[in-house]
Amino acid sequence: MESLNFDLETQTVRDLNQYLHGDAAALAGQRIAVTSPNGAHNIAVGVDAELHVTIKGHAGYYAGGMNQQATIVIEGSAGTGVAENMMSGKVHVRGFASNGAGASAHGGLLVIDGDAGLRCGISLKGGDIVVGGSVGSFSAFMAQAGRMVICGDAGDALGDSLYEAVLYVRGAVKSLGADAQYEPMSDADLDAVRLLLAAAGLDHDPASFKRIASARTLYHWNADANQEY
Amino acid sequence: MDAKPVQFVRMQHEESHGYDRKTIDYIHSAAQRGLYEIRGLGAKRHVPHFDDLLFLGASLSRYPLEGYREKCSTQTVLGTRFAKKPVVLDIPVTIAGMSFGALSANVKEALGQAATAMGTSTTTGDGGMTQEERRSSKTLVYQCLPSRYGFNPDDVRRADAIEIVIGQGAKPGGGGMLLGQKVNPRVAAMRTLPAGVDQRSASRHPDWTGPDDLAIKIQELREITDWNTPVYVKVGATRTFNDVKLAVHAGADVVVIDGMQGGTAATQTCFIENVGIPTLAAVRQAVDALEDLNMKGQVQLIVSGGIRTGADVAKALALGADAVAIGQGMLMALGCNSDSYFQNGALHSAAADYAALGTSPGFCHHCHTGKCPVGVTTQDAALEQRVQPDEGSRRVRNYLKTLNMELTTIARACGKQNVHHLEPEDLVALTVEAAAMARVPLAGTSWIPGWSN
Repeated sequence: MESLNFDLETQTVRDLNQYLHGDAAALAGQRIAVTSPNGAHNIAVGVDAELHVTIKGHAGYYAGGMNQQATIVIEGSAGTGVAENMMSGKVHVRGFASNGAGASAHGGLLVIDGDAGLRCGISLKGGDIVVGGSVGSFSAFMAQAGRMVICGDAGDALGDSLYEAVLYVRGAVKSLGADAQYEPMSDADLDAVRLLLAAAGLDHDPASFKRIASARTLYHWNADANQEY
Repeated sequence: MDAKPVQFVRMQHEESHGYDRKTIDYIHSAAQRGLYEIRGLGAKRHVPHFDDLLFLGASLSRYPLEGYREKCSTQTVLGTRFAKKPVVLDIPVTIAGMSFGALSANVKEALGQAATAMGTSTTTGDGGMTQEERRSSKTLVYQCLPSRYGFNPDDVRRADAIEIVIGQGAKPGGGGMLLGQKVNPRVAAMRTLPAGVDQRSASRHPDWTGPDDLAIKIQELREITDWNTPVYVKVGATRTFNDVKLAVHAGADVVVIDGMQGGTAATQTCFIENVGIPTLAAVRQAVDALEDLNMKGQVQLIVSGGIRTGADVAKALALGADAVAIGQGMLMALGCNSDSYFQNGALHSAAADYAALGTSPGFCHHCHTGKCPVGVTTQDAALEQRVQPDEGSRRVRNYLKTLNMELTTIARACGKQNVHHLEPEDLVALTVEAAAMARVPLAGTSWIPGWSN
């Protein structure tokens, strides 16, 4: 299998992305290593090919942004908006992730081994997110579809204004956002958590997670919703 | 002693200025319902506008072009700063961002057909890109909005330009709202929502929070499109001077400024009427910002919000805009607020449908209800048939043609071979307010309030 190295000390993010935007069939199966990323922004964005990218260090904003098909591993930590608007494929952050991780992801799987910052999974639209650590405040804000598994704790206002996304939390939740509520874990929930944990390489007991979903009281405009609407 | 109170007959029916019937009705309604009003279209209040400016046609000191004979170029190029493939338009009048969801698929198709025929662009909205509009519109601007409904990299790559929407003139700082009755199954699927629920759009982007972040976001979109595609930044007009400078610093190819008269599919009335500044004031500030940065001509300016006529277009260009964008005018070209609609080869009265909404033609702003009597702002299967793409396209085409003829007529009369040569020196103001905002002299004087004696 072909393996290629991009060294961002001597090459640019533009060189890397231009290569990754090449013919998808020709790129399929390739393994690309990105060395000396040094927190550069926009590494491996807009990829639409079944290839494997390993970023050997820390990435800046939007690493793996709008990913389709590719598997992108960030061996360090990731900046704001990692895997934002991902459509498919997988982005795996070995370290920590900053704000807005997985924002508005439509598909694919985002795994963060460490903690994630504010607004993790904001506007989630069908993607799956597994966070090994904790998430910051306003995570899953207005999340519409998809699932989030949080193995640690969650900050304030978790799941505020949720639509149909479902959250599973193992640790403590500082507070739920407007219209988010705890619900019993069904067998289907346990299976979902088990599969997502397995995909993330984690082995917690699915039964140790709590389910949070929308109470759907804000689905229609009404005077009783007051300032929460 | 007879101490009867004195009554002056005429004053028994004097309406209060502060508490007129409209205000009393507002308070009664608020007390009854406990909710603010949401409605469509734009500000109805009077604000200084392009109407308050006049052109100084050529005379002895300037030489006019022969009105119908001499060439007057209208070609408009947008996105020359960084993009490898700038947008090249035949006319400087573009069609503003309006969502599929707010508008029907037929309307989007009609707008696309007309724009293509006239060599201009259309713009998607808060609902993603439909196949109809991509197919029908040769030049399509793809909006990247806070909600990111339906936003995806395939459409990013398919777009001819990308417009990052920070805000819109009708509601700078506010998010969107599509009431449940317009969220039919197709709209719902495009926005990843259950059908029939209210769709609320966030007011902030999910993955960036300020101008420094925006610079990186713009770079991401450039990387994804391999630096081919122009990136516009659209801002609702408020602190326009600073906002334009920040947008330019962040790397925008084109800045779109939407004044407070700009329309909306559904926004709180208190917002529409009370937040933002008039388009007239915003154009001047935007041009000042570009000139301050020495970026005039490198970063293009599109102005929107209440542009209705060819004279409005000409005035916006003279003040320094490179192009304008029109939303509400396009809807009216398609029949918005008309008393009738054209279907199956005949005109039909829409009077009963206006009455059912409690309004009448000329006053309707019920876009938010989805019950548009003339089938423009609706997702209702029966109502949307009231605009057919071919007839709709014909009307929009005619409207665009008229605007362009008016624009070039005025430009020729001012002695310009190119509409982009119109300049502030061609203008005077009718009112002190307009003179101050647009920074052109009050007609018949050399006085610019705040700038000259």
